[in-house]
Formats: sequence, structure tokens, C-alpha cells
Amino acid sequence: MVRSRTGHPAPKVAEPAGAAVPAARHQRVRRPLAERARRRATPYLFIAAALVLLVVFTYVPVVSMFGYSLLDWDGLDPVSEFVGAGNYAELVTRPELFGVFTVSLYYFGGTVVQLAAALYFAAILSFKVRFRNFFKGVLFFPYLINGVAIGFIFLYVFKPDGVLDTLLGLLGVEDKPLWLGDRSVVNHSLTGVSIWRYFGLNLVLFLGAIQSIPAHLFEAAQMDGATRWQQFRHIIVPGIRPVIGLNLILGVSGALSVFEIPYIMTGGANGSATFVIQTVNTAFKYHKVGLASAMAVVLLALVLIVTWIQRRTIPDDTTELS
Amino acid sequence: MRARLTLLTAGLLLATAACAGNGPATEQPADAKPSGTITVLTNRTDLVDTAFKEYAKRFTELHPGVEVKFEGITNYEDEVRIRMNTPEYGDVLLIPNSVTPSQLPSFFEPLGSTQELGKKYRFINEQAYDGKVYGIATFGNAQGFVYNKRVFEAAGVTDWPTTPDEFIADLKLVREKTGAIPYYTNYAAGWPLTMWESFRGSLSADRDYVSGLAHTDAPWAAGTDHHTIDSLLHRIAAEGLIEKDPTTSDWEESKKLIGSGKVASMALGSWAIVQMQEAAASPDDIGFMPFPQQNAGKFHATIAGDWKIAINKHSENKVTARAWLDFFVDRSGYAADSGSIPPVADAPLPEQLKPLEDKDVQFVEQNPAPANETGLTNDIDEKSEIGLNQPEYRQRIVDAGRGASEESLEAIFTDLNAKWKTARAALAGN
Repeated sequence: MVRSRTGHPAPKVAEPAGAAVPAARHQRVRRPLAERARRRATPYLFIAAALVLLVVFTYVPVVSMFGYSLLDWDGLDPVSEFVGAGNYAELVTRPELFGVFTVSLYYFGGTVVQLAAALYFAAILSFKVRFRNFFKGVLFFPYLINGVAIGFIFLYVFKPDGVLDTLLGLLGVEDKPLWLGDRSVVNHSLTGVSIWRYFGLNLVLFLGAIQSIPAHLFEAAQMDGATRWQQFRHIIVPGIRPVIGLNLILGVSGALSVFEIPYIMTGGANGSATFVIQTVNTAFKYHKVGLASAMAVVLLALVLIVTWIQRRTIPDDTTELS
Repeated sequence: MRARLTLLTAGLLLATAACAGNGPATEQPADAKPSGTITVLTNRTDLVDTAFKEYAKRFTELHPGVEVKFEGITNYEDEVRIRMNTPEYGDVLLIPNSVTPSQLPSFFEPLGSTQELGKKYRFINEQAYDGKVYGIATFGNAQGFVYNKRVFEAAGVTDWPTTPDEFIADLKLVREKTGAIPYYTNYAAGWPLTMWESFRGSLSADRDYVSGLAHTDAPWAAGTDHHTIDSLLHRIAAEGLIEKDPTTSDWEESKKLIGSGKVASMALGSWAIVQMQEAAASPDDIGFMPFPQQNAGKFHATIAGDWKIAINKHSENKVTARAWLDFFVDRSGYAADSGSIPPVADAPLPEQLKPLEDKDVQFVEQNPAPANETGLTNDIDEKSEIGLNQPEYRQRIVDAGRGASEESLEAIFTDLNAKWKTARAALAGN
């Protein structure tokens, strides 16, 4: 990176004078070499911007989170006590802290429904359908809305005598549950919102993958008299298998770390608390930042393990179609 | 180049964050005149562009050339607490309630001794440590039930209930005769449920109730304030005297509901009276009554300071900050505008609290814990993860009452007592 800069005419302005002069003197002689170096460095410079953001906002916080997980700290006190693995030991001796993972099962079930629906619509929209782009837009749109806004919209939908109840009333349904107030229903309602919100992302990923399948395969299949279902079963599914695997991983890790929708809509009340909500409460309500960080580290480890298992069971060998 | 600059900035940011709470503060001579600019953090996002601007204008008339900037913060407690890990948390701010007494000297400027300031102000012990005051209450609250007088009168209830049983009977009358929701929990917003905690100490008229919690293994034993308070809340929910679906309740809407008489009562601090009156068709409809229980023939109500205003220890303009603080507490009229108890001890009670005075309601202010037990009750509470002042604890009781969970109230009390006992033992062992 340093070499590339000396050869580059523009940054000289910002260069200290001493450094700029020798560079200028040697420039004519070294230009081809410098030019080459610069070219070689260009892609790294582009990557660097993303890397710096990633390091600053992801890796540094993760490392410091791991550091916090070894402390007994309330999040404010200038003094914190080093307790080593003490917080992890507390986690192991309190199995009730992991009970909330049962809530994740609802969201995992939701993921399966979500992927099936996304795959269905992606397959349909990949064939020639009238108003194709319009439907793509409509289906993807919820993903673009801010999660907080979605939470508030659906609070109105789920209110007694709200949008949903009114709609069901028009259809003649008499007996309507309390969508968020009834403990046996609340997690289904919240999962529904989650599906509605994230379905669009899966759809776009699937669509992209399907469109990268060579068109001549479909033409050949059609000539051979393959039905749409046969095309789907034998061309689309094998063709996008890695993307299905990727979506599953995203779905499972998403189900383990659900936060936004239940936090905004119920705040985790009425049996809808997830592991992340519980972690946030531990850190910011009971001021046990160390213990909460340990919980976050455990969640991270769980997600990594699940991902690893999935990578092993669903190998991402790209199937050669042509 | 740009990447390098970003890295540098990031590094700087990290460095700033790293020197949390120990940056040097510039000293100013004591007799310096207020000048320059100060930043004031406030939770009152609703007033920051209106009433506060007015206060600032009057302040600058007294001290020409001074500029007061406000920063309204919606989620004040959590956000400011995190910001306090850097030196940048305004010049004048409200002390987050979760700051423990022993932490006060690390973050705030001492304002004077408890003895000296105690002569002039109420509530000075609430943010004090080692004989020094770090924050003065912006105003004080009495705790009770905001209610719609018109609705209660329509139900034939004219006197304040004197026992929980009477209160339940009254709420039932309200439901039968007016169709209004007798009690609105504000379960979804959560924090209004924590108002129930403020009744502790007033039922028993015990000024050492809160610090005394550190000496009991069973705060929820029959006959304790917590037992009475939670039993009443549970019963209100169990009798179906609350809104149909508490999980979709809405704080902003609840103001309109009580104002229009669709809701009859809510447990809140006296600060809420003005807000409810503003939302009411006729401000006279809104009344305020103490917890339905009498001690020695008299009602008792907890009074406590609201947010305590303080000066950032790292402020570079402490003289102006102090001038603003004194102006805000003594002369701004903020307490009167809020219809609340003024921090200045000899100032008169506002109009809204006159009925309490007329009926001789006794105000109960909690004493500070003994010096060697400062913050102990709070430590036990956090250790146990009960969260006396967190919504989850009372949401659980409402859920049990309305039958959403299978838990019985007795089971909850047993569990809470067990958690309290364990945490207390663990802290005593340290």
C-alpha cells in the first residue's frame, strides 16, 4: 500500500513534503514499476474500506465482548473485577437460562414455511408470468421496511378488533383469539410477522440463483416435454442447492437469535422472550454485563456449531448441470 | 488513503471510549461569570422545543452571552448510562436511576453537603454519597391512582376507597354502571407497571421500608407491603377489571382513554396528572387518590424525587452548568409547570395535589440506608434478577391474574422470596 502511494500522483498533496520530494525525483525512472504496483494494490484498497468497517464494527466488538464476559461488571463502574470463567460457570449451573430456546423452535418452524413459500414463488416468477417484476417488487417490499415500523404496524394488526380481526370478521369468523395476549398464540403471531418480513430476502436469493441456471436447459427440457414440476424438480432444485443450504443456515441462526420483532412488539412479555431478549435484559436491566456477554458468546458459539453441522451435512458442491 | 483516515478516526474513537470516566476536567475559578455554551441532556422530548426554550430564554436574559443547548433523549436511562462510559455526556444532565451511590463521585460534580442543601431542598438524600449531594430533584412525586372523577361518580362512588376490598368493589361498580375499563395496566409499555413498586413503604408508613428489605428473607410474606400491593394488582387482573388485551395496550392512547372516560383508573405518579388533564375533555375530570389502605385512620402516599439534575464531572464549563442547575431548580418553574412537588422545601404544593392536602394524606419519604449498607437493597435486587423496578416482575403478576400463565400468586411469592433469600445470602457471603 505504501509503495502504491508513492507512485500515485494525487495523494502527494497530503504527503509530508520530505516524503514527496524523493518520490517525485525517482518518478520518471520507476514509473512502470510503480504503475504496476499501484494496479496490483487497487483491489486491496477497495476491499480495505469494507474490511475496516467489518473489523471496527464486528470483530473489535466481538473481541471486547469476549473480554467483558470474563469480568464482573455493571456496565458503568470504572472498576470491574476479573472473574475468569466465573460467568460461564454460572451459565452452566443455571439451565433455566436456556429454557427460552423453546421459543426459537417456533421461529425455526417458521423458517421452513418461509423457505418453502420463497422457493415456490421464486420458481413461479422465474417462468414467464405476466406482471413478473411487479410481483417481485410486491413480495420483496416488506424486507425494505424498517423492522421497528413493521413491529408497530403489526401491533395494530393484532389488536383486539384490529385489522386482522376485522378481516376475519368479514370472512365470518366469530371466535378470534387474542393474537398477542394469549400465551398459546403469541409466538405463532410473532413468527408470522417474521416470515412476512424476511420472506422477500429468501425470494430474491432464490430468484438470483434460478436465473443463473443456463436458459438452454429449460429450452431442452421443454422440447423433451417436461412439465413445470419436472423442470422444478430436476433442474431448479439441483441447480440452486447451495443457495438452499445457505438460506437454511441463515434461517436456523436467525431462529436462534430472534430479537427485533418480539422485542418491539411485546418486549418479551407473555412468554415470548427469546435468548437475545433475555441477554439484553441481563445486561441492561440487571446490569450484569459480564454474564450477559458470556451469554452472547455462548449464542455465537451455538450459531457457529449449527452452521458447521449444516456445512458438513449439506455439502455445497456446485452440481454441474450442463 | 481514505481507508487509513477511517482507521485513524476509528482508533481515536476507541481511544476516547477507552479512557472512560477518567479524563481530566479543566478547573475554573470559583467566582467566574457564566459564559459560553453548555449542553443539557433531558428526558423531556415533549418539552425540549417548547417550555425548555422558554426557560433558556429567561436564563440568557440573566446571563447575556450564554447559550444553552438541549438534547432530548427518548430512552434516557439506557442511552445516557452507556454514554457515561465516555466523558461526553453533556454539561448538565439527569442522573440515570441505576447509578449506584458509590459511583456518583466518579461521574458527577458534588453540589454541596447534605446538611447544608437539606435545609433548602427536599429529596437531597436520593443522589448523595458520603455526606455530599450529587443531584437535586427537578421535582417530586406523590404516588397514587390517577382516576376519572366523572366515571367514578357515574358509578356512584364518591369517596376514596379505604381498603383493597373497597377498591375492587368500586372498580366492579364502574364496570357495571359505566362500561368503562375500570383499570388500565399499560402492560405493553411496561414501565407504568413499575409504578406499583413505589407504593412500598407507604402502606406500612415505614420510612425505612426500602433499606429494611436488605434485612428480610421474605419481602413477600403475608402482611408485607409487597404482598398487599401485588395481591391487589393480581386481583384486579383476575376479576377481569383490566383492558381486554394488555399486550396491545398503548401508553399514548391511555391518556386519551382516561381523559374521555373510557378508562377509569391507572396507578401513576402525580407527574402524570398534568399529562392526563391535557388529554381530557375537561381537566377537572382527572383526580388523584392514594393507595386504598389506611394506617392509623389516615391515607399515606410515598413521595420521592423524580429525576435528579447534576453536573458532569468532565464538564469544561462548570460555572455556567451550576448557574443553569440553580436556575432550573429554583426559578424556572418547571416543578409547578409539571403539577408536581417543588424541590424547594418551603414552596407551596401545586393545585393538582391540593386534594391530598385537604384530606390530610400523610407523605412518606424513604430515609437513606445506613452508611455501611448504601445500595444494598438494590444490589440484592439485581443479583436476584427479580427487578423490583422492572416491568417483567409485575407483568408476571398480571399474566397470572388474567390466566395467561398457569402460575398461582402463591407460587410467584414463594419463588420471589426464594430468589431474594438466595441473593441476600450470596451478597452477605462476600
